[in-house]
Amino acid sequence: MSACAASVEQVWDWLGEVADPEIPVISVVDLGIVRDVRFDNDACVVTITPTYSGCPAMKVIADSVTEALQAHGIEQVRIDSRLSPAWTTDWMSEAGKAALKGYGIAPPVQQAIDISGLHAGIRRRATPQVDCPNCGSPHTQLTSEFGSTPCKALYKCLDCREPFDYFKCH
Amino acid sequence: MDAKIDYLLRQGDNALILSQQLCQLVGKGPALEEDMALSNVALDLLGQTRMWLSYAGELEGQGRDEDRLAFLRDAQDYRSCLLVEQPNGSYADTLTRQFLFDTWHYFLMDGLTRSSDERIREIALKSVKEVTYHLRRSGDLVVRLGDGTDISRAKMQAALDALWMYSGEMFLYDAVDQQMVEQGVAPAVDGLRQQFLGHMAEVLAEATLVMPSPDAWMQRGGKQGRHSERLGFILAEMQFLQRAYPGAVW
Repeated sequence: MSACAASVEQVWDWLGEVADPEIPVISVVDLGIVRDVRFDNDACVVTITPTYSGCPAMKVIADSVTEALQAHGIEQVRIDSRLSPAWTTDWMSEAGKAALKGYGIAPPVQQAIDISGLHAGIRRRATPQVDCPNCGSPHTQLTSEFGSTPCKALYKCLDCREPFDYFKCH
Repeated sequence: MDAKIDYLLRQGDNALILSQQLCQLVGKGPALEEDMALSNVALDLLGQTRMWLSYAGELEGQGRDEDRLAFLRDAQDYRSCLLVEQPNGSYADTLTRQFLFDTWHYFLMDGLTRSSDERIREIALKSVKEVTYHLRRSGDLVVRLGDGTDISRAKMQAALDALWMYSGEMFLYDAVDQQMVEQGVAPAVDGLRQQFLGHMAEVLAEATLVMPSPDAWMQRGGKQGRHSERLGFILAEMQFLQRAYPGAVW
């Protein structure tokens, strides 16, 4: 019998309170990077997947998850990393997207499609309309393909003139 | 050496050396947007390096992890192609090198998403998303600068002409590549080369640049460990800490 008092559901709830280190308004669960929670004898095994392969936040996320669960009385926590299936912004929850917008980051606006074999993404065609998270205007313009982190691009609003981050579809 | 390990080192080393070169431009980009883009591309490539080299180390089974493979191998043991060790040069050189690499890299990763090796498939599926973005950005800029002013066009054409001879090595398949193709691990060279040349022709035409001949003489040797002097300088800087303080950890 497991010595852990907590259920898997309870652990998911606790993980829902662990913030992403770079975007603290969104939890690691809402971001879609927690892929699995299970118990292996006494150890709680949490499987996470990187957003981008070089994401420097993965170590911090693993540490925060371990710390949070230990604070709730789970002594043995193991973090597994899983590559496949690769993380996509489609896994971001609606609550997560709303939180991003409230924080001033425009959430991904379309479904990320499976790009492999389609070769659609390697040339710039029609770009999606990204609404300004500050004033809601659809008149925005890409400033930079990359923003403050690899997962974001930099936009500016042509109406309220505010620059803002856009969480790229991935 | 086992062909698959060699093949994995080639992938990891390409990403690592190009990442290291791009890192030298952090804080020195010609514009803030470019500075951020270069460092983010470098970061993606470094993440991909870890995936390739850690798999290579596991297959080798001699206790070498990705750090030991990156920091404790000498230049002749590096399997990166000659293109990635070309100097950053002017921004036209940096961008052209990137565009040549990104185009090949994208079609290779796309091919590897159908590899017979599950782990390679997983790494490629992760990488191809990032590389798609890299290629879109570098292709975009090639068009903007090629079809830009007389000066920007001349600089881009000169960079393309100078770097073109490093764009063929990836398509010169040796015994290692052949073995990987036969095992269904790697995509066949013909299709890959056609895709590369097709994309080159499309983007360069839009950029009003003259594409050099696909049949031009090509430099070779990097994949087999025969590098230019320059790789030694790149490694000297990258490996300094582990060489000076062996076993130092974060």
